[in-house]
Amino acid sequence: MIKKIFSNSGLKGWLYLLPAILFLGVFMVYPLIDVFIYSFEEGYNSASQTYFGVGTYNYSYVLRDPYFLQAVKNTFILVIITVPLSTGIALLISVGLSSIKPLRNLFQTIYFLPYVTNTLAVGLVFMILFKKTAYSDGLVNLLINWFGGSSVDFIDGPYWAKMFVLCFYTIWVVMPFKILILTSALSSVNQIYYNAAKVDGTSKFRIFRRITLPMISPMIFYLVITGFIGAFKAYSDAVALFGTDLNAAEMNTIVGYVYDMLYGDSGGYPSYASAAAIILFAIVLTITCINLLISKKNVHY
Amino acid sequence: MEVILKNLTKKFPSRDKKKHEDVIAVNDFDFVIPDGKLIGLLGPSGCGKSTTLNLISGLQKPTSGQIFFGDDDVTNLPPENRGIGLVFQNYALYPHLTVRQNITFPLENLKGKDKLTKEQMNEKALEVAKMVQIDELMDRKPGELSGGQQQRVAIARALVKMPRVLLLDEPLSNLDARLRLQTREEIRRIQKETKITTIFVTHDQEEAMSISDMIVVMKEGVVHQIGKPQEVYDKPINLFVAKFLGTPPISVFEGKVRENKLYIGDDAVLDIAGVPNKDVYVGIRPEGFDLKEDGPLCCALRGVEVMGRDSSVIASHSACLNEVIRAIIDTDTAVDAEGDQVRFALAPHKVHLFDKETEARIDFESR
Repeated sequence: MIKKIFSNSGLKGWLYLLPAILFLGVFMVYPLIDVFIYSFEEGYNSASQTYFGVGTYNYSYVLRDPYFLQAVKNTFILVIITVPLSTGIALLISVGLSSIKPLRNLFQTIYFLPYVTNTLAVGLVFMILFKKTAYSDGLVNLLINWFGGSSVDFIDGPYWAKMFVLCFYTIWVVMPFKILILTSALSSVNQIYYNAAKVDGTSKFRIFRRITLPMISPMIFYLVITGFIGAFKAYSDAVALFGTDLNAAEMNTIVGYVYDMLYGDSGGYPSYASAAAIILFAIVLTITCINLLISKKNVHY
Repeated sequence: MEVILKNLTKKFPSRDKKKHEDVIAVNDFDFVIPDGKLIGLLGPSGCGKSTTLNLISGLQKPTSGQIFFGDDDVTNLPPENRGIGLVFQNYALYPHLTVRQNITFPLENLKGKDKLTKEQMNEKALEVAKMVQIDELMDRKPGELSGGQQQRVAIARALVKMPRVLLLDEPLSNLDARLRLQTREEIRRIQKETKITTIFVTHDQEEAMSISDMIVVMKEGVVHQIGKPQEVYDKPINLFVAKFLGTPPISVFEGKVRENKLYIGDDAVLDIAGVPNKDVYVGIRPEGFDLKEDGPLCCALRGVEVMGRDSSVIASHSACLNEVIRAIIDTDTAVDAEGDQVRFALAPHKVHLFDKETEARIDFESR
């Protein structure tokens, strides 16, 4: 009897799913719902667990906060510049890597190194390269001077210089993973298609555009989607370069803003942080949906 | 287009680092393929037939020797300048393109004065698609087609540029038995219609025999015999060719010739002339056995398999090198399946003698 109920109602299946559902429920679904609720509770105090009322004030506050608008602007610039550039450059490097024979493994290792290196350590190195101090202008400025330009302070200087360093750094950090994925995607394209194309006298560029690209399009799409999401959630990169007071440096990101609202010097406002987090969630969801729509036409599985 | 292979040799460096000898995939291949014929390259796996095809296509470069298409020396030409169509074993259809795009793909590569408009390309594609009877599937993707249909698309793509030579690499190996029969007739028909010199590779001797104008039997990079299928079957040049052709396979016995009599074991099975006394291999085709109550060859009966059209008698003999002897007989002839032994008379023209040392066939006259 018990056995029958078990097998008929699919209870057994639910039993197997239970551990995962429990963990996901407690650590993912519940916090998500909670954040959503906080974002509507005005003046929530986490110590006393009290709030004044319910409404959309948190959203209107966040959306009017110049620091938040600065963070949104920074994040969007970062996303729009780094995602296409890093994917494109990674594709170029991967194609290069898969068309050379000698030393390929060595180069693959070298290109993969940034992936296993600590972000903060790399940030420090970048700072040394770019920072202008009283004693030295930094290596990059030395190069600029050598080519006849004048020194720029990349870390404490003008906005565009700081943004340049941030983008440069982000691209450099995300590239190895993309190269890894793309080289393996490239090598999984069956040689026979290239042979067939060769017999037909297809030019190299056309082989790449008409055969290679469509064949690895699912992987490129995967990288673009995860690239977008990753870039929207950028925070540690900015901290590594500009320190924790990002608002002062005009280099804050949306996630940075959320963090500041919770724990920063101006912090202690979980309601505002929740509202900002929900706005970020909405942005990422929209962009991902747009990506999916575009991919239906251009990705071949 | 006549295809001439002159002393064609291909060596691959050995993978084994201790041995520095090269692996010879094709050894001194010399052959003139007449214009407009269908040629089957036949041999067991690893005999160099696919390498030969790749050499003709230009995907691989020969170590030495030359290839001519008519009067043109194409030995050092890249594949695209040879004017060939190649059908790959697993078709290599581009999965992300429709059938139409797959077929027009080679045309889009044409440059300069050969450049075609979109309408011309579609027209040409439709023309070959009609020839291979896939004109109703033009907007499907390869993944939505059956194996046989994919095969036709692959042939259409190879034919659309009207190549001088059409090359097919194991064209039927991915199809089931029924489709295989149908497709091989199809290939024959298309070849006859287009009159393009066609070379195809197969390890299936039945396939090669049934549709080829000529077959080339290869083993370990060496060409053993070239000829019309029936000729090669009736007059195999050596024991290997005899064993390789024919299903069920030829039965091989240890035998000897003494005083113009051919002995298998102690039985004198045939009166022959023109062969000196010596030990030989005796090969007997399955259709060369005649059930006869007073026949000279006495074999232990293992069983009878009824196939409908005919039956095969399975027997064994101590002098036989095969595990079993298979004889094909009419279903009209009654066999006592319960008996312990059967006696056969032999049809002399289905019996081949081979030298024990060289394994070459020995001609004999029957009396």
